[in-house]
Amino acid sequence: MSDVHFLEVQGLEISAYINMPGEATKTLILVDNISFTLKRGEVLGLIGESGAGKSTIGLAAMAYGRAGCKITGGTMKIDGVDLFKLSSREINKVRGTRVAYVAQSAAASFNPAHKIGDQVIEVAIEHKLMSKAEALDYAGELYAKLGLPDPENFGNRYPHQVSGGQLQRAMTVMALCAKPDLIVFDEPTTALDVTTQIEVLATIKHAIKDSGVAALYITHDLAVVAQVADHIMVLRHGKMVEYNSTDKIINHASQKYTQDLVSIRAMQKQEQAVPDSPAILQVNNIAAAYDGVTKILKDVTLHLHAGQTLSIVGESGSGKSTLARVITGLLPPMQGEVLFNGKPLSSALKNRSKEQLRDLQMIYQMADVAMNPRHTIGQIIGRPIEFYFGISGAENRKMTIELLEQIELGEEYFDRYPAELSGGQKQRVCIARALAAKPSLIICDEVTSALDPLVADGILQLLMSLQEKHAIAYLFITHDLATVKAISDSIAVMYQGSLVRFGQKSMVLAPPFDDYTDMLLSSVPHMELGWLEKTLANRKMQSADN
Amino acid sequence: MAANNHSLLNLITKRLALGLLLLLMISVIIFAGTELLPGDVAQSILGQSATPEALHNLRLEMGLDKPAIERYSHWLSNILQGDLGTSLSSGKDISSMISGRLGNTLFLATTAAVIAVPLAIFLGLIAVLYRDGIVDKLISITTISMISLPEFFIGYLLILFFAVNLNWLPSSSIIYSSMGILEKLQAIALPCLTLTLVVLAHMMRMTRAAILNVMSSPYIETAQLKGLSSFKIIFHHALPNAISPIITVVVLNLAYLVVGVVVVEIIFVYPGMGQLLVDHVSIRDIPVVQAVGLIFAAIYILLNMFADVMSIIANPRLRHPK
Repeated sequence: MSDVHFLEVQGLEISAYINMPGEATKTLILVDNISFTLKRGEVLGLIGESGAGKSTIGLAAMAYGRAGCKITGGTMKIDGVDLFKLSSREINKVRGTRVAYVAQSAAASFNPAHKIGDQVIEVAIEHKLMSKAEALDYAGELYAKLGLPDPENFGNRYPHQVSGGQLQRAMTVMALCAKPDLIVFDEPTTALDVTTQIEVLATIKHAIKDSGVAALYITHDLAVVAQVADHIMVLRHGKMVEYNSTDKIINHASQKYTQDLVSIRAMQKQEQAVPDSPAILQVNNIAAAYDGVTKILKDVTLHLHAGQTLSIVGESGSGKSTLARVITGLLPPMQGEVLFNGKPLSSALKNRSKEQLRDLQMIYQMADVAMNPRHTIGQIIGRPIEFYFGISGAENRKMTIELLEQIELGEEYFDRYPAELSGGQKQRVCIARALAAKPSLIICDEVTSALDPLVADGILQLLMSLQEKHAIAYLFITHDLATVKAISDSIAVMYQGSLVRFGQKSMVLAPPFDDYTDMLLSSVPHMELGWLEKTLANRKMQSADN
Repeated sequence: MAANNHSLLNLITKRLALGLLLLLMISVIIFAGTELLPGDVAQSILGQSATPEALHNLRLEMGLDKPAIERYSHWLSNILQGDLGTSLSSGKDISSMISGRLGNTLFLATTAAVIAVPLAIFLGLIAVLYRDGIVDKLISITTISMISLPEFFIGYLLILFFAVNLNWLPSSSIIYSSMGILEKLQAIALPCLTLTLVVLAHMMRMTRAAILNVMSSPYIETAQLKGLSSFKIIFHHALPNAISPIITVVVLNLAYLVVGVVVVEIIFVYPGMGQLLVDHVSIRDIPVVQAVGLIFAAIYILLNMFADVMSIIANPRLRHPK
């Protein structure tokens, strides 16, 4: 490892050109005057919300701009050679060989038509760095090093034949295979389940250490980047907010924005006591399957009291969304019943009364596809008022505006279209639309997963204050344990279609834990240096004890 | 693994069974359709001056007095045994009448396909490589103007230039079995060129669209970030994932080359199935028309089935199950 800064970025500026028909081309500065340096073997974390320009900076390290983006200023020097001054032929020689890229979704970034192995060694072969035999050997070595199963034959598989976590590791192998000087990791663990994330994170960290490669680690999750980075740069709206050592950023942040990011998960709802009244929602022994054979849900029983929040937490494939489909009537169960306000709900949607439909509303993960893009916000929120209560005209407008005020948007949004709103605002409109039906239960399906942490926090706070005001019960489906801790009264943990643990929050989150809940809880990254090593060491000790 | 290979086989068997069912239904439609044609064959054979007795006798002799369902089942069972029947007008065996003609039609279609399909896909790739540039636009404009002109017009234009003005190639494409392959190729050059121009645009546009659709995928970005050349990216990373829609359109055009050549065969006086069909429609020789129709339908279904099977096989998820 040398002390020389082999990567020097000076005054980087990247702009986007927006061409609207009939208007002059608008220039938008996405990345504004960013400078940093990197030594070999060093990891710089780039952190920020969506739109902060972190991926754009990462791609600029390969002199690559996505459609519409252009590098408009600054220098990107690797060993003194400015990438921005190279011809496209010369840049192609740098890409993959000196700077490599690991994308967020390995599942989408591997070509489905070719074997993993062929794609992994492609850079080394195409750029004539190794013979095919050498490359295959080296790839096999890396598969083993990154803990991939059956390293000899792993490369013969197609991308769809391995799991998401394995694919993400294979993508890291692909980046390492040509022995680059710098790897850009663009949210490499964001799409993974939390228990998979911790393993992938550990392998990536190990691989970086082991190969002595430098890395740019891009993420929106400060707790994750704190585990791998030596330095962290906090970005907002394309500008640098703070750039310091990881320890300084996590423990002694100087900027307000950074402090907000660090303390984001401080919100905690006071758990409510179990009331004597019967549950508003009672799910009894539900089993369900999509094909009538393979049970996605196995004998699930749980209940929720009026005005309280029940969080259903689990990884992808645990059956939590399927449960929501059963409760809403979209998927008739194979066995069991759902009681709503003490009365059984028909398993088929079309047999439910309008009153039952009104009383149970839903909010979805993707707010933008849950709204008709050609309706105004006023129409979207006003529609359920007219549909369920038959109120139209001036009265409808008045009620719609009241709802808009409740979600902290004002009357001025009445005539706007969804496309004019930000992600967080769109989700607020969806909340108002659900609220318009005056329901006693709202099912929230991953409503904050697509949002940035600070925005998600705002949405959760809004949901909590609405609950206090209207005594609405929430069935909150999420994979995010921090959210669960923040908002729940009771928690149901699901794993592979079964209910693992169910009860009041204080009970579920307190030891003694079952194995799965223990692993799930301990896999959530903490905003603390060295958490990753500590957790993995603990696990090793535990398995040694057993 | 074995169970899943089984499912691939299942899928393909299902397509084949569906194809056969479709062919059966089409045989019904063809039979019913020819029944609906006005006039009858006895009348057209004997002409205007036929006496009622002569007509009656001829009808009896040809079995035209029997009910349609009986004639259909008789016709179908004969076909299943490989007997296409005899021509009413000439009394010849239809199978032997058709075999030479079918060979000629397939010869023309194959030659046109061998030129048109690789050329169309190559032009599609080039268009993607230089997308939105001058080369792309030039390719699009030329091929689309060709498809916009009726094929008889293209045919006559080619005759005007290459046969009449330049005198390079013959204007009529009569071929005999005694001709050598080169002579034959020279004879069919103009109809072949006409067909190529007619089918080129469709396949080329589809290739371009299908590949462009794939070009926005994240794995294409991955390939770009590996520093691969544009051609390598398009050919190696994009084309295999775009192959399914391309196969479908290519096969549709191949089917057109076989069954849609009637006009071109007439223009160039080419002794193929199209001419045979037109000749026998005009004299109401229904057994011949039915046989040709059925063969056309069979080719059409067979080619489409082939496209379906190829699309299934082209999908790595089906080829290499978990």
